[in-house]
Amino acid sequence: MGALRTLARELVALFVDDGSLALSALLWVAACALAVRLGLPAGWVGAALAVGLAAILAENALRAASRKS
Amino acid sequence: MMLTLHAAPVMTAAFLASLVEFVEALTVVLAVGSVRGWRPALTGTALGLATLGALVAVLGPALTRIPLEAVQLAVGVLLLLFGLRWLRKAILRAAGVIPLHDEAAAFAGETAVMRSYGRVRDRAWDAVAIGTSFKIVMLEGIEVVFIVIAVGAAGGLLLPASLGALAALVLVILLGVALHRPLARIPENALKFAVGVLLSAFGAFWVGEGIGIDWPGADWVLLALVAGFLAVALAAVPLCRGRRALAVAAD
Repeated sequence: MGALRTLARELVALFVDDGSLALSALLWVAACALAVRLGLPAGWVGAALAVGLAAILAENALRAASRKS
Repeated sequence: MMLTLHAAPVMTAAFLASLVEFVEALTVVLAVGSVRGWRPALTGTALGLATLGALVAVLGPALTRIPLEAVQLAVGVLLLLFGLRWLRKAILRAAGVIPLHDEAAAFAGETAVMRSYGRVRDRAWDAVAIGTSFKIVMLEGIEVVFIVIAVGAAGGLLLPASLGALAALVLVILLGVALHRPLARIPENALKFAVGVLLSAFGAFWVGEGIGIDWPGADWVLLALVAGFLAVALAAVPLCRGRRALAVAAD
């Protein structure tokens, strides 16, 4: 059981290290999916998806670097 | 042309990402083997590889039965989270915010743990050694299986992804057998940086396809996504270094 729990924990940790990064990325993907459903030009939504994800990554890394250790 | 455009980065991403994981597994197996004996270390490794092989044999065909759009979105989201996580860590390591991964230190630590279990009572069935080797091969191996599925499944390129991972496995085994010590000189962070960029770009691409985005330039947009994530990540490194210096100075 202990080994299975460790394995499950390691699997989750594969995708989520900093919870706010994962949550922000998922919310942005959901917002872009909604924009496509609402009929916004797909090309622009694609650009917004990529730029937004890169911005989320940079902001998160900068915030982590500013944190007092 | 389109197939090559996808297959080459897929194979490269799978090779580089798997290389990092196999190097980490090798460090632990070497530590187990050098302290507790090679027979149980290799038995645990073989058991781990056999279990992983069975997992792939079951999961691989099952994936082909799921509708492509669902696979693209699900795999894209996982790939994106995985890639962003690696890239964030690589940026912070390159900026000196978190320490670099040190295989030599990991080997020394694992060797000390193996010694703390005392002398080997049963050389034929050393549960500590077999269990430790099995666990590390399973943990790192599952990451490799996921990487192969993630980079290969959505585009129907499981074969090049598997070949990339297999090439990494063979390379690490050969280096391990030849050197008998951890591969501390492999630039793990640079590899993670590169793989993080590739996985993030692929993740964004497949998520986009999954939610119905019609990418301008079709598959060629992948190159733009790779360039974009690389540029942002490279720019973030000095900025993070500066922010860290300010935070330390304020302490």
